[in-house]
Amino acid sequence: MKAKIIVTPKKAVLDPQGKTIANALEQMGYKGIGAVHVGKYLEIELPAGNRESWRQQLDEACRRILSNPVIEDYHLEIQS
Amino acid sequence: MNFAVLQFPASNCDQDALHVVRNVLGHSARLLWHKENSLAGFDAVIIPGGFSYGDYLRTGAIARFSPIMQAVQTFAAQGGPVLGICNGFQILCEAGLLPGALIRNRSLQFRCEHIFLKTASRDSPFTSQIPEGKLLRLPIAHGEGCYFADDANLEKLQAGRQILWQYVNAAGEATDPSNPNGSLRNIAGLCNQARNVAGLMPHPERASEDILGCADGRLIFESLISWLQTKASKAA
Repeated sequence: MKAKIIVTPKKAVLDPQGKTIANALEQMGYKGIGAVHVGKYLEIELPAGNRESWRQQLDEACRRILSNPVIEDYHLEIQS
Repeated sequence: MNFAVLQFPASNCDQDALHVVRNVLGHSARLLWHKENSLAGFDAVIIPGGFSYGDYLRTGAIARFSPIMQAVQTFAAQGGPVLGICNGFQILCEAGLLPGALIRNRSLQFRCEHIFLKTASRDSPFTSQIPEGKLLRLPIAHGEGCYFADDANLEKLQAGRQILWQYVNAAGEATDPSNPNGSLRNIAGLCNQARNVAGLMPHPERASEDILGCADGRLIFESLISWLQTKASKAA
């Protein structure tokens, strides 16, 4: 089993990396794209077993350390 | 007065802070490794700059869970003064001891230069000895110093006069070109509601002696020492 976590900057937060990448894509000829948001991807390996308990524990970890709720949103998924 | 200067893996301004307190200001100071868990006997805490835990995950994110930071939480809750400089400021925000967060500079560049700071409130243990209207000339050196807080928190900071320092130009105006990192409202440093915990991105410990070209940083440490001495004389 493993957890997949995607952390992205909140929409209200300035994302200069995303903006720079969007500009680069435009210049390369990829016209018409919208905003680019740069985040982080974490993969956590888990022993087989209680899926719901892991989901709860990792949801807490996402709020406490893996993301900063002031500036970031997260998406957590547990996969078999 | 007795200062604790915290040391995390990859702190790199710890020796400078220690030097200023001991040799420039003539007070006692000791380095405290992040695995220690007591601040007994200390009057003030300095969380120095650096790249604690390699800035992994987010700046300050991992340092805030070290044993010494649990002692800092208690120390701060009891009214003890805590000053976070650069990475120390980032750690205090991650720890929830200061509101908001510090994110990647607007320019995406690491900025290493001297800036001008205006003291927005002299009503704090960290600013009381800074003469009215004086601009501080201090160095900055950071890649993640762009201060962010949501609108509600910004209003609270402003109303509570918690913004202590702002980036300004040589005329003392908080303009966009004088903002080196994109910080909202040109915020360079602030304090908590109780006013005993403060953080700033510029480095006063690197500008506390004339031989370094500027000694304005001393005023921040002297403010803190003056506040501690007043507190001690009241207690006596």
